[in-house]
Amino acid sequence: MVTLRINGEERSVEAPGDMPLLWVLRDVIGLTGTKFGCGIGQCGACTVHVDGNPTRSCLLPIGAVGDRPVTTIEGIGATPAGAKVQKAWLDLEVIQCGYCQSGQIMSATALLNSTPQPTDADINAAMSGNICRCGTYVRIRDAIKRAAGSKP
Amino acid sequence: MSVPATEEPANPGRRAFLGAAAGSAFLLGFYLPLGRSAPRAAGKRFEPNAFIRIERQGVVTLVMPQVEMGQGIYTGLAMVLAEELDVGAEQVLLETAPPNDQLYANPAFGLQATGGSTSMRAFWMPMRKAGAGARAVLVQTAARLWSVDVAGCRTERGEVIHDASRRKIAYGALVEHSLGVTPPRDPPLKPVSAFKLVGQPLKRYDTPDKVNGKLQYGIDVLPAGVKFATLALCPEFGGKVAHVEDAKARSLPGVRQIVVLDDTVAVIGDHMWAAKQGLAALNIAWQSGPHAAIDTGEVWKQLRAAGAGAAVTAKAVGDADKALSQGERVDADFELPFLAHATMEPLNCTVHVRPDSCEIWVGSQVLSRAQAVAAKAIGLPLDKVTVHNHLIGGGFGRRLEVDYVETAVRIAQKVDGPVKVVWTREEDLQHDVYRPVYQDRMAASVVGGKIAGWRHRIVGSAVIARWLAPAFQKGVDIDAVDAAIDLPYELSDMRIEYVRCEPPGVPTGFWRGVGPNNNVFAIEGFLDELARKVGSDPLAFRRSMLTKNPRMTAALDLAASRAGWGQPLVARNGGRVGRGVCAQAAFGSYIATVAEVEVDPSGEVRVRRLVCAVDTGIVVNPDSVIAQMEGGLIFGLTAALYGEITVAKGRVQQSNFHNYRMLRIDQAPRIEVHLISSGESPGGIGETGTTAGPPAVRNAIFAATGIPLRRLPIDRDVLAGKKAAVTGQRTG
Amino acid sequence: MTRLTESGAARRALLIGVAVIALCAVACGLWRVRGPGPTDFAGGKRGMPGSSSGGVPAELANASLIERGRYLTRAADCQACHSTEGGQPFAGGRPFVLPFGTLYSTNITPDEKTGIGDYSDAEFIRAMHQGIARDGTRLYPAMPYASYTYMTDADALAIKAYLFSLQPVDAPRRADTLGFPFNQRWLMGFWSFFFNRDERFAPDTERGAAWNRGAYLAEAMAHCGECHTPRTLAFSLDNRRKFAGAKQAGWVAYNISADRRAGIGEWAPAEIGNYISTGHAAGRGTADGPMGEAVEFSLRYLTPSDIAALATYVASVPPVASKDQPAVRTAPAPHEHHLGVTASLDPHGKEVYEGACVSCHGWSGHSPILDYADLTGSRSVNDPSATNIAQIVLSGSSNNRAHGSLYMPDFGSAYSDDEVAAVANYVTARFGSEPSHLTAESVADLRKEASR
Ligand code: FES
Ligand code: FES
Repeated sequence: MVTLRINGEERSVEAPGDMPLLWVLRDVIGLTGTKFGCGIGQCGACTVHVDGNPTRSCLLPIGAVGDRPVTTIEGIGATPAGAKVQKAWLDLEVIQCGYCQSGQIMSATALLNSTPQPTDADINAAMSGNICRCGTYVRIRDAIKRAAGSKP
Repeated sequence: MSVPATEEPANPGRRAFLGAAAGSAFLLGFYLPLGRSAPRAAGKRFEPNAFIRIERQGVVTLVMPQVEMGQGIYTGLAMVLAEELDVGAEQVLLETAPPNDQLYANPAFGLQATGGSTSMRAFWMPMRKAGAGARAVLVQTAARLWSVDVAGCRTERGEVIHDASRRKIAYGALVEHSLGVTPPRDPPLKPVSAFKLVGQPLKRYDTPDKVNGKLQYGIDVLPAGVKFATLALCPEFGGKVAHVEDAKARSLPGVRQIVVLDDTVAVIGDHMWAAKQGLAALNIAWQSGPHAAIDTGEVWKQLRAAGAGAAVTAKAVGDADKALSQGERVDADFELPFLAHATMEPLNCTVHVRPDSCEIWVGSQVLSRAQAVAAKAIGLPLDKVTVHNHLIGGGFGRRLEVDYVETAVRIAQKVDGPVKVVWTREEDLQHDVYRPVYQDRMAASVVGGKIAGWRHRIVGSAVIARWLAPAFQKGVDIDAVDAAIDLPYELSDMRIEYVRCEPPGVPTGFWRGVGPNNNVFAIEGFLDELARKVGSDPLAFRRSMLTKNPRMTAALDLAASRAGWGQPLVARNGGRVGRGVCAQAAFGSYIATVAEVEVDPSGEVRVRRLVCAVDTGIVVNPDSVIAQMEGGLIFGLTAALYGEITVAKGRVQQSNFHNYRMLRIDQAPRIEVHLISSGESPGGIGETGTTAGPPAVRNAIFAATGIPLRRLPIDRDVLAGKKAAVTGQRTG
Repeated sequence: MTRLTESGAARRALLIGVAVIALCAVACGLWRVRGPGPTDFAGGKRGMPGSSSGGVPAELANASLIERGRYLTRAADCQACHSTEGGQPFAGGRPFVLPFGTLYSTNITPDEKTGIGDYSDAEFIRAMHQGIARDGTRLYPAMPYASYTYMTDADALAIKAYLFSLQPVDAPRRADTLGFPFNQRWLMGFWSFFFNRDERFAPDTERGAAWNRGAYLAEAMAHCGECHTPRTLAFSLDNRRKFAGAKQAGWVAYNISADRRAGIGEWAPAEIGNYISTGHAAGRGTADGPMGEAVEFSLRYLTPSDIAALATYVASVPPVASKDQPAVRTAPAPHEHHLGVTASLDPHGKEVYEGACVSCHGWSGHSPILDYADLTGSRSVNDPSATNIAQIVLSGSSNNRAHGSLYMPDFGSAYSDDEVAAVANYVTARFGSEPSHLTAESVADLRKEASR
C-alpha cells in the first residue's frame, strides 16, 4: 500500500514499490491524461511534475516518490502557469493528434515556472526531451513565448 | 460523378485510382432513401442524409465519416457541411460515424478509409451537397408553412428567414414538418464568394479536450472490469511460438493469464506493469520461419536485380528511347529505406468478446475493416460487432491496417471480460507494416541545355495490390507511380515504368506521403543534377519546363522570393551552406519548397529554414493547412535525417526512439508557409509536406557541398568526406 | 590471399614471436623477483594454507554441497565470462577481444561432448589451480587460474558439484582467432611457470578473521585484481601497483586502492560494501559494464558478512596514485543548462544531452528519477579519458540489481561517433573535474574493443 499526493488529493494504491508512476496513474487510479510513448525516458509523453519538477513517470518507481506532491495534466490547469500554457496552446492551435501534448504542456509549464522569460536556448534545453511525431515544434516554441507574455 | 478525379485533368494517375476503386460506392451511400439510414428510437428528428441530424430542440449533429488523427479533418468537414447548411460553427455537435461502408465510404476508395490525403478532395462535393440538400428541404418546408415563395426565403445561422414578411423560424422548429421529405439530388450550392466559414481560420473542435488530458484515445479506455495485456510477436518475420515456459511469470503479483497464439504470446494482468513484468519473465522459444535469414542487404540485392529486369510501362509519351539516345545521357539511381510509422500513440485495441457479440474500442483509419476482421475472427455477423472509434494519436498509414485489431480480438477470445491490448514501443516498431524500400532508376538525355528524353523506373512493393486489389491493374501500382506519371513538367518524350518487387518477409504498407515519397525525391533530386550538368540555376531550369503550368510556376516564384533565392548565405563555424528547391504537384496540390541548410565538417546537417508556397485550391481552414504543412515537413525531415529500419537475421534491429530517432525541437528549422488562394476545388494536404521537404533539403546539401546524395537517410560520413556517396550499384 | 600479404603476415608474426621470446627470457632472468603476491602488501606472518578462510559463510553452513557450490560459483563469478548475452548460462562462447586476436570462453556445463562433463575431480582442480585442461592443453590466463589457484580444493570441488548439477548444454567451442605465436598454447606453460604461483591461500596470522575472509574472497574468488591491478608486459598482475586500475576490454577498471585522490581512500567501508553489493553508493556513482556484470552475476549474492569482509580487505590495500585520474568532483553542476560548462565545446554534445540524456540525468547531474542515474561524483564522468562514459552511451546497460533492474538504452547504433564523442566530452566537462577530449576516431576504436 503506497500513498501518493496527486493533484492535491491523497491517493492510497495497492501497488508494488517498483511500479512506475505512469502505470499507477493510468491503470490503477484512472488518470489517463498522462501518456505512454516509449517507456524508456526518450519521448516525454509521460511527463508529470513531482514537487514541481518535470519528471518522466514511465521510469519513476512510486516507491521513490515519497511524500512529494505529484501534478498531472489533469491538474496543471489549476496552476497559473499551467492555465497560461493551455491557453497559449489553444490560441496558437499547437495541437495536432495531441498524444504528446500532455507531456509537452507539463514540460513547458515547468519551464515557465523556473524561467518566466525563456530564450530559444532555454526552450531547447527544456523541451528537447519531448518528441512530437506530428511535428508541432514550431508552434510549441511560439506558444511558450506567447504564454511568457513575449511575442508572438 | 463528382469525385475529384474529374476536377484534376492533369492527373490521369488519380483518375485511374478513383475509377479502379469503384468510387460509385459513395453514391449508394450518399443518396440513400431515408428509410435505410435507420432512424433511432430517440424521438423524431430530421435526418436528410447520413451526415446531418437536426433534433426538435434545434441541436444540429454532424456525423464525421473520416477519422480525426490530428489533421483537423473533423473541423474541415464540419465547416463545409455547416457552410452549406448555413449554421454557425458553434451551433453544431460532431459525432464519429459508426462503421458502415454503405453510408460512409470514402469515394476515393469505395470503403470507409481515411488516408492518401483524400478526405477533403473526396468529400468536398458530397458534404456541400449534403448541407445544401438539407437546407433546401428546410427552406421548402418553411415556405410551405408560410405559403410563400421559396425564392423569397433565405437562411442564416440556423434559421429560415422571409424578409418580406419579417418572419424567421429556427431549423429545429421545422423538423416536425420536414420529416420524410427527400432532399433534391442537385440542390443549389452556395457560390464560393458567399462562403462565410470556408476560408476563414476556425479553432478546431478537437483541441480543447487535448490540452487538459480529457480526450480519450483508444489507449485510454477503461471499460468496467478491464484487464491489461501486452504482447510479444515472434521477433523473426514468419516465425512461430515453439514453446513457452511461464511458471515464473504466473507467480508474479498482478499477472492473471498467459495467452499463447501461433505467433504471439500475451500476458494479461491487473495493469500494464504486471503485464510487462510477466512478459519479461516468460521464457519463450520461437521457431524460425522461412525468412529467418533475411537481412537488409539481401532485400536490396533482390530489389536492384529486379530493377534491372523487365518492367511494365505505366505511362509513355512520345518516343523515350529515341530521345534518350540523343545528346548527353545521364543515369542516376535513388534509393529509399524501410521506414516505421512510430505513431506517438502505440498500437492498442480494447476488446470485450461476449458469447454472442463483441465490443471494440480502437483508433482505426479503416473502421469497417476493423469491424469485419473482428467479425470474421470470432465468427459473428457484422452487426454483432460494435466498434467505438476513438480519435487517433497518430495514424500516418499504420492504422490503415487491422492486424492489431485482429490480434487483440484473438487474445480477447481467450479472456473473460474486456481486455486492453497495448503494444510496447518495441513491439510497435518491430512489427510495423513498413514503408517499402524503393529504387527509382532515373535516366535522361540533355540536348542544348534541355531535357530531351526521360525515363523513370520505379522498383518496389505494390501496396495497392494487397490493400485495394481492384485498383491494381495491368501490373501497375497506381500509388507507387503517383507523382511520377503526372509530372508538372513539359517533357515531350518520356516513359514511366514500374517493377513490382516484394521484399521477402517484410510486410509493407502505406506511410505518410505514400507513392510520391520516393518519386518526388528522385525526380527533384535528378533535376538538380541535370541542371548542374547543363550549368543552369535549379529554379530557372524548372521554370523553363513549366510554361503551361501557372499554378506550379506561381508557387515556385512565391517560395523563391520569400526564401531570398539567389541571395548569399552566411556560414557559421566552418559549415557549408546552401539552398535547395523542390517543386511538387501531388495530391491535387501545388507546392514549392525552398530549404536552407548548413553542413558542418562532421557531416551533421542543420536545416535552418524551410519556406513553402502552397496552392491547394480552395482552402477550407487555412490554419489547419499551415499546421499540416509544418507537421508534414518535420515528419519528412525526420525521415531524411534519421529514418531507416534495418533487418538482420529476419529481425528488425531498431526497437525504440533511442535507435529509431525522431527530430527534436532543437533541430527543428524555422518554417514559413505561404498560402496561394485559388478558386480550384480543394487538394490534399496531409502528406504533402512529408514528400516536399526531403528533396529540397537534399538539393540544398547538393548546393552546399556538391555531393549528390541519392539515398536516404542522409549519410553523415559521406558529407564528412569519410566515404563515397552510395548511389546503388547498377546491376544491369 | 596473395603471396605478398602472406609473407607480410609471416614476417609480422616472426617479429612478434621474437619479441615474445625475448620477453620471456627477460622474465626468466627475473622470475624470482617477479614481484609480490596479491596479499603480500599486508606483510604479516603466513599461517598454514587451509580452509579457515575458505568455504561458505555461517548462513550456509548446513546447506547441501550443491547449494554451497552455487554460492561459491557466484562468488568466483564464473557465469559472466562463461555466458553470452542472451545465451545459455555457463555454455561459454563469450569473446575476449585481445590485442593479438579473439578468445572465446568455453562451455562449462556438464555436457560430455562440448562441456566439462568428463572432467574428474583431479582434472577440474588442475584446471582451476594450474590452468591445464583435461586434455593437457594450456589455458590462457584470460581464465583467472592465477587467482583461482588460491582456492581450496574443497571449494573448487563444491563449484564442480554445482556445475555438474546444471542441465548439460550442447555448445561446441568457438575457435579462437589468435595469430602466431599466441596461438601456441604450450607457451602458456612458461607463462604459468613464471607467473602462476600455484599455491593455496594462506591466512595472515596478524590480521583478523574478517580481513582474511575478505582476502580469500577478493583473491581466490572474485579475482578483483584481474581487472583492477595493472599488468606487466608479460600480462601478469603487477602487485607492486595493486588495485591501481587498468583498462580491460574497452572499459576502465578504476583505481580501488586507498589513494585518496585517484582511489577510494575517501570511501567509508559501508560505501564500499554498498557499491559492491548493489552496484551503487550514494554520491559515488553506479557500476556499469564489466563491474555491473560482476555485481549482477556475483557480488549481489554474497551475504552481508562476506560483503563486510570484502570491504574490510579492499579498504586495507595501500594507496597507489594514478597520475591520469584526477580527484573526483563531488559538487553537482548548476541546475541551469546555460551555466557551468565551458562554451568551447562541440555544440552537438549539448544537443545530444538535452534531447536524449537530461530527462534521466538532469542538468545538475542529480537524477530526477533514481539516484542510480546520478552522474555527480561518479568515477566515469571524472575520468578524462571518458572511456566508460562513451562505452555506456554506446552499449547502454541493463543490469539486474537487488531492487529491480537498471536500464539505459544503447545509443550506439543511431548516434554517430562524432555525436558520442561530443556528448561524452560534454558530460565530463559538465559533471567531472576535467573535460575529456574524445574524438570520433577513438569512439570508433572503443566500439571495436568492446564488441561482444
Ligand atoms: S513514455 Fe516516458 S519518456 Fe516516453
Ligand atoms: S501532436 Fe501528435 S505527437 Fe505531438
